[in-house]
Amino acid sequence: MAAPYDLNDDSVVVIIGSGAGGGTLGNELAQKGIDTVILEAGGRHEAEDFINDEWASFGQLAWLDKRTTSGDWRVAKDFSGLPAWIVKAVGGSTTHWAGASLRFQPHEWKAKTTYGDVEGANLLDWPINAEEMAPYYAKAEDKMGVTNTNGIPPLPGNNNYKVFEAGARKMGYKNVHTGNMAINSQDRDGRTHCQQSGFCFQGCKFAAKWSTLYTEIPKGEETGKLEVRPHAHVLQIQHGEDGKVTGVLYADKDGNQHVQKARVVAVAGNSIESPRLLLNSASSMFPDGLANSSGQVGKNYMRHMTASVYASFDKPVNFYRGTTMAGIVQDEARHDPSRGFVGGYELETLALGLPFMAAFLNPGGWGREFAAAMDNYDHMAGMWIVGEDMPQESNAITLSDEKDQYGLPAPNVHFSDHANDIAMRNHAWQQGTAMYDAVGATQVYPTPPYPSTHNLGTNRMSADAKDGVVNRWGQTHDIANLFVSDGSQFTTGAAENPTLTIVSLAIRQADYIAEQMGQKAI
Amino acid sequence: MMTNERGEGVNRRDFLAASGKTAIGAAMVVGSGTLLLPSQGWGMELKALKPETMATMLQMARDIYPHDRVPDKFYAKALRAHDDASVDDDAKKALLEDGVGDLNARAGLKLTNAATEKGGYLDLGWEADRVAVLRDIEDSDFFQTMRGSLVVGLYNQKALWPLFGYEGASAEKGGYIERGFNDIEWV
Repeated sequence: MAAPYDLNDDSVVVIIGSGAGGGTLGNELAQKGIDTVILEAGGRHEAEDFINDEWASFGQLAWLDKRTTSGDWRVAKDFSGLPAWIVKAVGGSTTHWAGASLRFQPHEWKAKTTYGDVEGANLLDWPINAEEMAPYYAKAEDKMGVTNTNGIPPLPGNNNYKVFEAGARKMGYKNVHTGNMAINSQDRDGRTHCQQSGFCFQGCKFAAKWSTLYTEIPKGEETGKLEVRPHAHVLQIQHGEDGKVTGVLYADKDGNQHVQKARVVAVAGNSIESPRLLLNSASSMFPDGLANSSGQVGKNYMRHMTASVYASFDKPVNFYRGTTMAGIVQDEARHDPSRGFVGGYELETLALGLPFMAAFLNPGGWGREFAAAMDNYDHMAGMWIVGEDMPQESNAITLSDEKDQYGLPAPNVHFSDHANDIAMRNHAWQQGTAMYDAVGATQVYPTPPYPSTHNLGTNRMSADAKDGVVNRWGQTHDIANLFVSDGSQFTTGAAENPTLTIVSLAIRQADYIAEQMGQKAI
Repeated sequence: MMTNERGEGVNRRDFLAASGKTAIGAAMVVGSGTLLLPSQGWGMELKALKPETMATMLQMARDIYPHDRVPDKFYAKALRAHDDASVDDDAKKALLEDGVGDLNARAGLKLTNAATEKGGYLDLGWEADRVAVLRDIEDSDFFQTMRGSLVVGLYNQKALWPLFGYEGASAEKGGYIERGFNDIEWV
């Protein structure tokens, strides 16, 4: 058969979501000749449609459906309806992401073994390891064109990087470079190289940054075996009397509801929507939601330990020019409990435009101190801090009493920092501040976390079915033809930006799904 | 000659000669529904809010985000949506009118005659004194409505970006690859 597919075609693999996990899985399956339908809740905006304007782009791309928040994280106070800054569009959050593509460190696959018991943390080892993942990482790096791999040269450092690098060198940091970025430093794979436009977060208008939107998806479509259906917002996964999933109910652009039948369903809606969909699909057979015999669906929500440091200097930096995040210090990524916490963190350059700087520098801040910082905008440098946070069972996506536009329970996102997260953040703020002080900062601004971009862990992978939702292949422990293909399968978060790992897991999962289908096991 | 928002030429002397004019802070109220910023050739026809209320909101906006190189008109533009919204939204209008009334009361000077008297908040000559009043109400709906609208409405004005050294959209200029993405020499 060939795309597009009929609603009653029950031979297709249905993937929910078209981002790093879903978009990659869709192409990988299509390349193997498997009939695949990706249902994407958002619309399709091609690269030329992207907008070099932060708020306008946010309106174009961001997932703005109803969400509620709770917990002691500051986001719940400052952005109570916006717990996460992720995307509702074809390409998912790979349209918005910065491009940082780092492998986990080997010990991070074994957090429980490495860190031991951490009070209040629901740590678990991944059922897979670095050696097993290495070939899939290599495939992902090649697919995505990651700099400093496969002979691909590094990106040039921009002004923000120059300040960052000089500070890092004065601090004695050794592992300092412009990153492993899925952004073309030279023309590759039919796409041009980075034009240093400075709007990575708004969707790259030059398509120099890897996104499934203009790589995996069109490649899959060219096979005739992949259909991407935009404005198809999945409401429920359906199952038969045998407990196997049979299809999904979705709403189209006009709100009309349809059922797409399926042989296999893979959920890749990011770590808020994926568990919410499983919970909202509860039935008499599965009263606690699909694939939830462990009770872990929605639990262990992680968002990475994050923060930023911005600093003002007596001379201009113009840090908004050029790649948003091409600069990294990796010296603090190690596990070294002598610092007062387990796990580690990365320091990565970051710039925001003026409108978002106003919104995020110190949310809720006002008065002359705030305004003076904004007055220094073109004399600022900036970095983002991203580190491993502790999974906690009480941090969770649950169904809210409030309803979304379809009358379904909205997700509530509950998060409170673990003491380890706080200790790590304070250390990172100190180190980032010292870096900028070392190159003559006149003011430093320790900036709190933004709405979450790295949402992880809410359908976690476990060796034992009682500890998690999916097995080592992302296949749910409870339902053989139901898979999870996004960051929600992360057992622990590691210090690194998650996209490369999500893509690597999707490539690996595609091999497994094809094999299982070939054996008629699913 | 100044131009108001509707592009109508207005002559300052005519307004000064008109009855009911009064200066409030940097702004000037003319008649019953117009707020002028004489030094900037910019005015605002108010549809719902009292001009005196808007004049106080304007000062409050400057005190929330005090950028001394940013002219009043940018703040006024950011506040205009409040007036627009107040036309059909009595609750919003009341929130703002009552909020300003409360601000004036807290400033210790009662507003006795809107047409001829200065407002209490505006009589506080030093920013620090006004900010002390704002700190007392910063958790109120009124303050948060003002701050929340300004943080987008002020900083998202493209015409204001050059004052902060932000260049905005770059793709149509080919990005910064040939335009200074790595041009600093001081580090």
